[in-house]
Amino acid sequence: MNDESLICARNLSRYYGGRRAIHNISFTINRGEIVTFLGPNGAGKSTLMQILCGVLAASAGTVTIAGHDIIAEPLLAKRQLGYLPEQPPLYTDCTVDEYLTYCARLRNIKAALVPHSVTASKQKCGLNDVGKRLIANLSKGYQQRVGIAQAIIHTPDVIVLDEPSAGVDPNQMIEIRELIRDMGREHSIILSTHMLAEAQSISDRVLIIYAGSVILDSKLAVLDEPLEQTYLKLTQDTSIEMNRS
Amino acid sequence: MTVNIALFEMRRLFLSPFAWTVLAIVQFMHALVFYIFLSRYLQQPDIYNEHGLTEVVVAGYYQSSGLIMLLITPFLTMRLLSEDYRTGTIKLLLSSPVSVTRLVLGKYFGMVLFMLSMVIMVSLIPASLVLGAPLDYGQFIAAILGLVLLLCTFAATGLFVSSLFKQPVIAAICTFAVLLVLWTSHLASSTQSGTDDSVAAYLSILHHYNNFTEGMFNSVDLVYFIIMILLFLLLGIWRIDAMRIHP
Repeated sequence: MNDESLICARNLSRYYGGRRAIHNISFTINRGEIVTFLGPNGAGKSTLMQILCGVLAASAGTVTIAGHDIIAEPLLAKRQLGYLPEQPPLYTDCTVDEYLTYCARLRNIKAALVPHSVTASKQKCGLNDVGKRLIANLSKGYQQRVGIAQAIIHTPDVIVLDEPSAGVDPNQMIEIRELIRDMGREHSIILSTHMLAEAQSISDRVLIIYAGSVILDSKLAVLDEPLEQTYLKLTQDTSIEMNRS
Repeated sequence: MTVNIALFEMRRLFLSPFAWTVLAIVQFMHALVFYIFLSRYLQQPDIYNEHGLTEVVVAGYYQSSGLIMLLITPFLTMRLLSEDYRTGTIKLLLSSPVSVTRLVLGKYFGMVLFMLSMVIMVSLIPASLVLGAPLDYGQFIAAILGLVLLLCTFAATGLFVSSLFKQPVIAAICTFAVLLVLWTSHLASSTQSGTDDSVAAYLSILHHYNNFTEGMFNSVDLVYFIIMILLFLLLGIWRIDAMRIHP
């Protein structure tokens, strides 16, 4: 791990009409860090990820990816970005190879290098045997893997994975975790999950998000008590405080 | 990048049975129209003396073709962007290093390429007249050009309307409504002011398209189609760009 900051979010807020989705969130993520966004449903994790990836505009605040502002220099910032949304963004009428080839081209990979990139990402995600199959005919777990493959095909500096292990069986989950850990050595990875065990086993830092705010930003190694206890205590305390106010 | 997106979109259209079915139906309907015009022409030889074969058969054929395309286009363009919203692939496109302009142009040209293949198929039918009769090539080419411009305008309109809705069916209905209003707006001018130079007459697609089918190549008509295409493409770009603020 080094101190090169790859993601820098400053005072991010987002409102849907009058409803607050996230409020005044700031953090920095360095190269080689695997960070988990942890929080209950509707906490604002997916909204935050969409803002980081330039899919959604923040109502206030800035995001910098590898030194490039996502609004001012979107093309340069997005070159360094791989994103797996909550629902894998798949063209189900294509084969895995066709889809990944298209994704490689979308990410500006040179034509001569596209086949190599497709093969490498398939290899990493265990998709070698299904390259010629239609995505629509794949199981949910394999579709999730294809979603991950498109996010890493251009070996971006920053990888954002929204619930990467959703819908996959335990064996595949272990493989995906290993893949994430492996990629985390060279890239910055942000992932979101509801599962505390997953956060604990993969990441080295956790951001607990509750009701649109970060209520804990800490390295797992420095937590005094198990993550589960910390999470429950913090979310319950915040809930009580919010009810009082 | 625009080329990559366009080729991918066109390929995807041809992957589905839907596009092939549409091509087959369009071809069948055109064959029927051609048969009707040709048989009417052959049964009324007095028309033959006053008007040429191209004027009767080819012009009538392409005028009817415009109407068929008006009915078919909404079904072709309805999924252009609304399907991306529904399946979430819009997030893939928006998080990729592709500008919104290139994204919209890629989608647009993908549809235009498909429509050009339709124009080629459809134009082969009247082209078969060459085998047995003299044809006014000027008028024939003007009519083909008119149909190409018409379909380019329809595609841009469909693309914009598709960018407004998550449900393809609603996009199809609204595209049809917009195209029908544009198609028939000249009726407003003839019933109210009775002049052809009114705004309503200028806005009518039919008015400009018919000039092409009759063999007239007016720069006014060409400019009209270009303005309409640019207008709807710009609206589409604006809509996708605004999506990040109002999803």
